[in-house]
Amino acid sequence: MAALQLETDLLAQVGAGQLADSAEFAKAHNVDHQAVVGLLKSLVMADMVVMEAIEHSRLTVTPAGQLYVGVAAPEVQVFNAVPAEGITLADLKTQLGVAGDVGFKQAMQNKWVGIDKSGGEPKVVRKVESVQDTVLPILNALAAGQEGSINEAELMALMRRKLVAKEAWKTWKVSKGPCFALQRKKAATELTTDMLQSGAWRDTTFKPYNFDALGLPPSGGHLHPLLKVRTQFRKIFTQMGFEEMPTNNYVESSFWNFDALFQPQQHPARDAHDTFFLTKPAATPASNFPADYLERVKQTHQHGGFGSIGYGYDWKVAEAEKNLLRTHTTAVSSRMLYRLAQEGFHPAKYFSIDRVFRNEAIDRTHLAEFHQIEGVVCDYGLTLSDLIGTLQQFFDRLGLKKLRFKPAFNPYTEPSMEIFSYSEQLEKWIEVGNSGMFRPEMLRPMGLPEGVNVIAWGLGLERPTMILYQVDNIRDLFGHKVSLSMVRKNAICRLGL
Amino acid sequence: MPVVGVNRDKLFEALGQKYTEEEFEELCFEYGIELDDVTSEKEMLRKELATRTTGAADLGAASEEVIYKIDIPANRYDMLCLEGIARSLNIFRQRETPPLYRLADMAGKQIVRMTVKPETALVRPFVVCAVLRGIDFDSVRYNSFIDLQDKLHQNLCRQRTLVAVGTHDLAKIRAPFTYEALPPEDIRFVPLKQTREFNARELLQHYLANDQKLKKFVPIIQNSLVYPAIYDADRTLLSLPPVINGAHSAISLDTRDVFIECTATDLTKAKIVLNTVVAMFSQYCSTPFEIEPVEVVDALGDTQVYPQLDTRQMDVAVPYINSCIGLDLQADKIAQLLSKMQLSAAAAPDGSSVVVQVPITRSDVLHACDVMEDVAIAYGYNNLVKTVPSTVTAGKELPLNQMCELLRGECAMAGFTEVLTWALCSHAENFSKLRQQDDGTTAACIGNPATAEFEVCRTSLLPGALKTLAANKDIPLPVKLFEVSDVILLSSQKGCGAENRRRLVAVLCDRAASFEVIHGLLNRVMEVLQVPYAADPDPTLQRQRQLLGGGYDWRADDDSPAFFPGRHASVYFRDRRVGEFGIVHPEVLEAFDLNNTVAALELDLEPFCFDQLGRPMETQIL
Repeated sequence: MAALQLETDLLAQVGAGQLADSAEFAKAHNVDHQAVVGLLKSLVMADMVVMEAIEHSRLTVTPAGQLYVGVAAPEVQVFNAVPAEGITLADLKTQLGVAGDVGFKQAMQNKWVGIDKSGGEPKVVRKVESVQDTVLPILNALAAGQEGSINEAELMALMRRKLVAKEAWKTWKVSKGPCFALQRKKAATELTTDMLQSGAWRDTTFKPYNFDALGLPPSGGHLHPLLKVRTQFRKIFTQMGFEEMPTNNYVESSFWNFDALFQPQQHPARDAHDTFFLTKPAATPASNFPADYLERVKQTHQHGGFGSIGYGYDWKVAEAEKNLLRTHTTAVSSRMLYRLAQEGFHPAKYFSIDRVFRNEAIDRTHLAEFHQIEGVVCDYGLTLSDLIGTLQQFFDRLGLKKLRFKPAFNPYTEPSMEIFSYSEQLEKWIEVGNSGMFRPEMLRPMGLPEGVNVIAWGLGLERPTMILYQVDNIRDLFGHKVSLSMVRKNAICRLGL
Repeated sequence: MPVVGVNRDKLFEALGQKYTEEEFEELCFEYGIELDDVTSEKEMLRKELATRTTGAADLGAASEEVIYKIDIPANRYDMLCLEGIARSLNIFRQRETPPLYRLADMAGKQIVRMTVKPETALVRPFVVCAVLRGIDFDSVRYNSFIDLQDKLHQNLCRQRTLVAVGTHDLAKIRAPFTYEALPPEDIRFVPLKQTREFNARELLQHYLANDQKLKKFVPIIQNSLVYPAIYDADRTLLSLPPVINGAHSAISLDTRDVFIECTATDLTKAKIVLNTVVAMFSQYCSTPFEIEPVEVVDALGDTQVYPQLDTRQMDVAVPYINSCIGLDLQADKIAQLLSKMQLSAAAAPDGSSVVVQVPITRSDVLHACDVMEDVAIAYGYNNLVKTVPSTVTAGKELPLNQMCELLRGECAMAGFTEVLTWALCSHAENFSKLRQQDDGTTAACIGNPATAEFEVCRTSLLPGALKTLAANKDIPLPVKLFEVSDVILLSSQKGCGAENRRRLVAVLCDRAASFEVIHGLLNRVMEVLQVPYAADPDPTLQRQRQLLGGGYDWRADDDSPAFFPGRHASVYFRDRRVGEFGIVHPEVLEAFDLNNTVAALELDLEPFCFDQLGRPMETQIL
């Protein structure tokens, strides 16, 4: 019978107030009772009907018990099979099969048979003259569906022997539910184009939505957290009127990286322990440095000039020619300032965010390459107060409004200041960057006019990002060991909002 | 930055005040030093023992007195000992005035003489000397004296290569002294902490084999034909600089007269080192801050008297100081502030400048800007009024970077997730793992990596992307990644011999290789870059092609060993090869420990850096 017809019949019968037992309905319609129950449950879900259980139970003969129905209890079969002279257990089992095994144990328990070992080989012998089969009538009666007057004790014994079992089941009394109707309206899952076109959405019932579940994650790609932060820094700088420096030159000469910055040739930073020196290309021939500028740099290191006494050591061009991976983006700043002096000075504000390299062992907080953020302002008459004011403007944009400054030392800035900020997130003062005014020994040899001061500051990109996104291992953020699931879950960067 | 450990209670005693840790940190912050750690001898020993696997703990004998570890700026050599830190802070707090260092009057006395032999020019040409008379050591002062020499050796002296200090008990030796350079076999003596005589050559061998501390100084002179040596009038060896002193002249707690010699390859630094030592420890002399001079007769017979204690006078214009800091201070106020920084200063009569006396302890003062900084520190950085410069400029992004910012967004919108990998990698990752030969013409090589995996600068972004896939195998497939970063290529166009090139790499990792998807990304990237397909018959694209001087196309080839044969194409723009894409070779996958297939695209982005009218924009600026 078609399922729809069955449902219609069922609802008609409930509507007439007459479904006393679902099993009878199933029998009457010649369908499996489980099919009716399935139908009922779906109607209950729709609140069209309510079900009330009717408990049933009956005794049945188990498949093991079925073997003996209409034959004889196995122990009786064993007793009958034992001849007067006895029989070996093996022969008995061969003769009777399963019944032999089961029956022998029971017959022994009943003391109907015994084992006689007097004749050498043990034999099964009768111990009583005759026996009565009390099991067979019970099995026969139950198999015939007659529970009638069975002795309770014997019944329990047969249940223990797993020849008889009690079977329980339910059928249902069905009556109208709050939403009863003779025809069920099918609930739709989603609004569809077909419904829009046919207008069926007007009469369609929609399945309730599960508002507690999460939606499906959208497909699509993701930007890298560190570079999302970089993007915000770029915006902050450009909004403040800074022009980006070309920093796409990782290989640099010691000249631009150190000497031009008035960093003496014996400075520890120029040691192989801190800096990646290259074996190929090993050096930048000095002919690539502007000859007159090179000479001024040399003189300033050796003997001073421009008001300085210099370092008083023997400056070597070979040391300046050594190639390295730049240790700071200030190497680019020095090139840009030299260029600015050559072009004819005009006030300028520069920024860059790019990689720098340090020959350090890698751990949770150190990488051999990381990103440096740098800002530079060049103009006549800039002051230390201007630097502090500019830093306040910049860090305000990052949400780091409470700043204080600590005197520090840096070979190419004087004054030099470490920038500390009170982190609301970490609830303590943290060092957030370095800053200073470039030394005259750096600027004047470049040809920048007297009176021009250059203020600058720098900070790392990784550390603020780690604090922002609560990443505690720098390798999770930068490098191939990045956690892609972290990248996928990463929020937008609100720096600068 | 050097870190100096000082006994807290002795420091507070010298400062005449007890501080809480917070108060002391505040004082440090204002002056520009930093309390790095609070510990004790016992604590340090405990940590050392914890990291060692053997060695019995003898913590009982170690002191529990609190030690402050203080970070000192790298140019303040005068603060590398307790005496210097206390003196600087006391002067800063105006509890003390800067001492006046002076030479003892040698009238009627025999001046100690050191004669330099010409051969020393071959190995270590300079020596400067001084004598501290009637010094009053106790164990704390004595240890500080030794520690200061250690700290100077580590920092200013660059591990004794530039300068080495030797100190001797003057009572045990007899002037005049000679500074000589002799063949190592001819130098025989009993060195410090030894009981038998060595010649210099065998001694250096002995240190190389047995002495962790001293062996690092051996190479400074080992290959020289002659070794430097200082002898007294009786041919007793004082020292074999820069390695070791003789045992005979060793100083002890009982030493009263100390002879100090600094041998050097850098005379300026030798003078600074000598001045620093005498400035710090002459305070314990019988006449404090009085130093007995030594005559050094150089190889040409010229005589210099050391130490040179003269202050250096600088006239610093008041407007310069004010205009650099952003203040409006009078000269006498400036002079007053400078006295807190050990710079004795006086206003010039017309008030236009301050006359500053730079003492020997302030060798870091090279220029008026250093004086200006000290005014600012003494005034207090945090007392300055914040101003904003009136400099007016226009903000501007670098065109290449701006284009890449936009393109990164497009790649992410196309379903690829951004990664960021290192520019440094191992040689194998850059070559053999990609089935490439290194012909020596592409990769910049690093000479001294501290981490073995950093041998070369990458010439391709592909290894980084493959390594990222390998490190993220737990992510459900397919995985699509991209990176926009620089590779570094050897280049004769650049003075330094190498240049960065901006590239895009994209990889798609899945159970079945998908050439179409990576190909589709190429087409999409070109679409957003407004670069038409060269063979597209659409006439509306013709104009754009003309503007750019051509379109792009791809040509199947097998010229890249990193890719699977028959599954590789090169990308051309205006008929020049700008990239490639295809299915990564299974042997490459195996080398990078990948079990699933990978399709990859790598593209040089610099040819596509043009403006809205198709005009090329410079990408290689420096």
